[in-house]
Amino acid sequence: MGIVKSGVYFWQGNEACAEAAIVVGCRFFAGYPITPASEIAEHLAWRLPQVGGIAIQMEDEIASIGAVIGASWAGAKAMTATSGPGFSLMQESIGYAFMTETPCVIVNVQRAGPSTGQATKCAQGDVMQSRWGTHGDYSAIVLSPNSVQEMFTLTIRAFNLAEKYRTPVVLLSDEVVAHMREKVVVPPIETLEMVNRKKPKPGDKAFFGLEEVPPMPAVGEGFNVAVTGSTHDEYGIRFTADPLVHRRLVERLNGKIQNHADEIVDVECCNIEGCDVGIVAFGCTSRAVYDVVEEAKANGITVGYVRLKTLWPFPDEIVRKLAEAAGKIIVPEMNLRQVYYEVKRAAGDVAKVVPFNKIGGGELITPEELLKKILEVVRGRD
Amino acid sequence: MTEAFSIKKYLRDLKLPFCPGCGAFTVMNAFLRAVHELGYEDLSSFVFCSGIGCSSWIPSPYFLADSIHTLHGRSIPVATGVKLMRPDLNVVVFGGDGDIAGIGLSHFVHAARRNLDILVIMVNNMVYGMTGGQVAPTTPLKAKTTTTPYGCFEYPLDAVKLAVVAGANYAARWTTAHSNELKEAIKKALRLKGFRFVEVVSQCPTAFGRRIGFKSAAEMIKWFRENSTTLEQAKKFSEEDLTTKIIIGEFIERHRPTLTENIYAAIKEAQKIGQN
Ligand SMILES: Cc1ncc(C[n+]2csc(CCOP(=O)(O)OP(=O)(O)O)c2C)c(N)n1
Ligand code: SF4
Ligand SMILES: [Mg+2]
Repeated sequence: MGIVKSGVYFWQGNEACAEAAIVVGCRFFAGYPITPASEIAEHLAWRLPQVGGIAIQMEDEIASIGAVIGASWAGAKAMTATSGPGFSLMQESIGYAFMTETPCVIVNVQRAGPSTGQATKCAQGDVMQSRWGTHGDYSAIVLSPNSVQEMFTLTIRAFNLAEKYRTPVVLLSDEVVAHMREKVVVPPIETLEMVNRKKPKPGDKAFFGLEEVPPMPAVGEGFNVAVTGSTHDEYGIRFTADPLVHRRLVERLNGKIQNHADEIVDVECCNIEGCDVGIVAFGCTSRAVYDVVEEAKANGITVGYVRLKTLWPFPDEIVRKLAEAAGKIIVPEMNLRQVYYEVKRAAGDVAKVVPFNKIGGGELITPEELLKKILEVVRGRD
Repeated sequence: MTEAFSIKKYLRDLKLPFCPGCGAFTVMNAFLRAVHELGYEDLSSFVFCSGIGCSSWIPSPYFLADSIHTLHGRSIPVATGVKLMRPDLNVVVFGGDGDIAGIGLSHFVHAARRNLDILVIMVNNMVYGMTGGQVAPTTPLKAKTTTTPYGCFEYPLDAVKLAVVAGANYAARWTTAHSNELKEAIKKALRLKGFRFVEVVSQCPTAFGRRIGFKSAAEMIKWFRENSTTLEQAKKFSEEDLTTKIIIGEFIERHRPTLTENIYAAIKEAQKIGQN
């Protein structure tokens, strides 16, 4: 089988992610087995060679992301997939990919931590790690799917953003979204937006500056590109003594993401112009929100929500809008308050922000629990 | 060989970062001479990957070539991605003993096991030079370093032997006292396929030599020459005697099918299925 054809499929989340990667042109995968992400490696080990691509199991996650970075510099769209323990091991290299402007996609299917935690259970504890996991000042692009359909569409978007901004992009999924099976509509492939990195023109020499997102050559194309994770000038030459060179580099690398936050941010909204209470949710937890909107309505309460499809950059403006409309915002998440503080920051003093956290140990936040919380908040008991 | 060797044509116009007397100069020179003698006019068919450490500066950014200066210990994984996507390119890794045989050791073993088609040149100065002379996995027993002030209490690793058991197609060790043999070994390695490993026992006069009682780089090189023994001669020594010797020469040359050959054969099979 070649690239998947347009049609309706019944897929597992991880399978949808893998097929999307092939559609968008990913031809290199390196990974290391870990629940609940292994199906991505298994599916790509089977499918990538069929389209002429390479899938290899490396000796660990550090090697996996290293190989992905190498493949990207060899001109390929490349990806790895892992879960918490492996994501932790990859952090140094994620910083390297950011610093060297290496486009690549890292899928983190969240499971319950810390440490080995509950390998097979769902959690949302890696939100902050996905933003701040590597050292130094950097900016992350992190997408959050909440359905199998979005495992497909957001995987494509993750590659597009990586290519457009020349930066690593994280698809932050979770065990529930990655393992459930749902209907997926694959539109005609030619209607899908596909972005490829900007290539240099013959004679170009500056691959690390001058432009906000500089052109990227591949090795073997005759450009004599020098890549380094040390502070470097526009030409890739290490330059660690000059404060200006460092400042210019770090500010540009962060700016190319922060200055385009509007284009990167993606949310799903409902009733944000007028509601009695707001919810900001993402991933598996946001699925309970859909059910609750109807049930709250039956109780005479209008729920508005912002569902985060990008966690980073954080959608400040739209959350602020919800805060203004609702005056009260609940932030349900399967962790001990991570998105909560972002919502509080974005809402400022226009809304009361109420955390609703659950260390589920495998149990999700249910629509019933959420409804109970809504009633408490709206009726003033919280 | 038509032209005389000119190192400049392979280099960017930058000042080299090594201390006077550093073995890195010898290794750089031997490599570029080998490239020249093999008839490469430039380095356009090469990609260089290196890690972090003085020795990792040999190719990057000084070689006028594509080079990827990776994280400490991670040159081999990055080289893996490059080579698999571009099997037509010569991928060469440079690194120190800490980089390759310390923090990056598992990548080294697995690349040899896979018979990944790369040449790894490890500069073994028996110390962590760049960070100021701390103990390395290759430091001789009892040697004083900044983190073993009472003498090293561990045994050093023989990375060449490890490469052999792990599955390398070629593995050799020379020292900076053997620049011609080193150059010849690099030439041979560049002509072979699969995982090829050349270890160069080298001097770090700044962070190691002085501390263990050598007054100059030249003294260290003399010590290498006098303490080197060929594999053949080594058979006559007891294991204990050998702990103070440097065994030089070619430890293996074989022609196992390589990772790229094996992986592309698998892709060909899969594509037949893919067409259905
Ligand atoms: C993850 C990480 N740990 C530690 C360091 C600090 N560090 C830089 S070079 C080096 C050792 C270099 O030793 P070696 O590879 O033998 O190279 P040499 O300088 O001796 O040539 C260390 C520990 C680092 N850069 N990254
Ligand atoms: S510190 Fe040692 S290894 Fe590093 S450049 Fe100086 S002499 Fe060479
Ligand atoms: Mg060293």
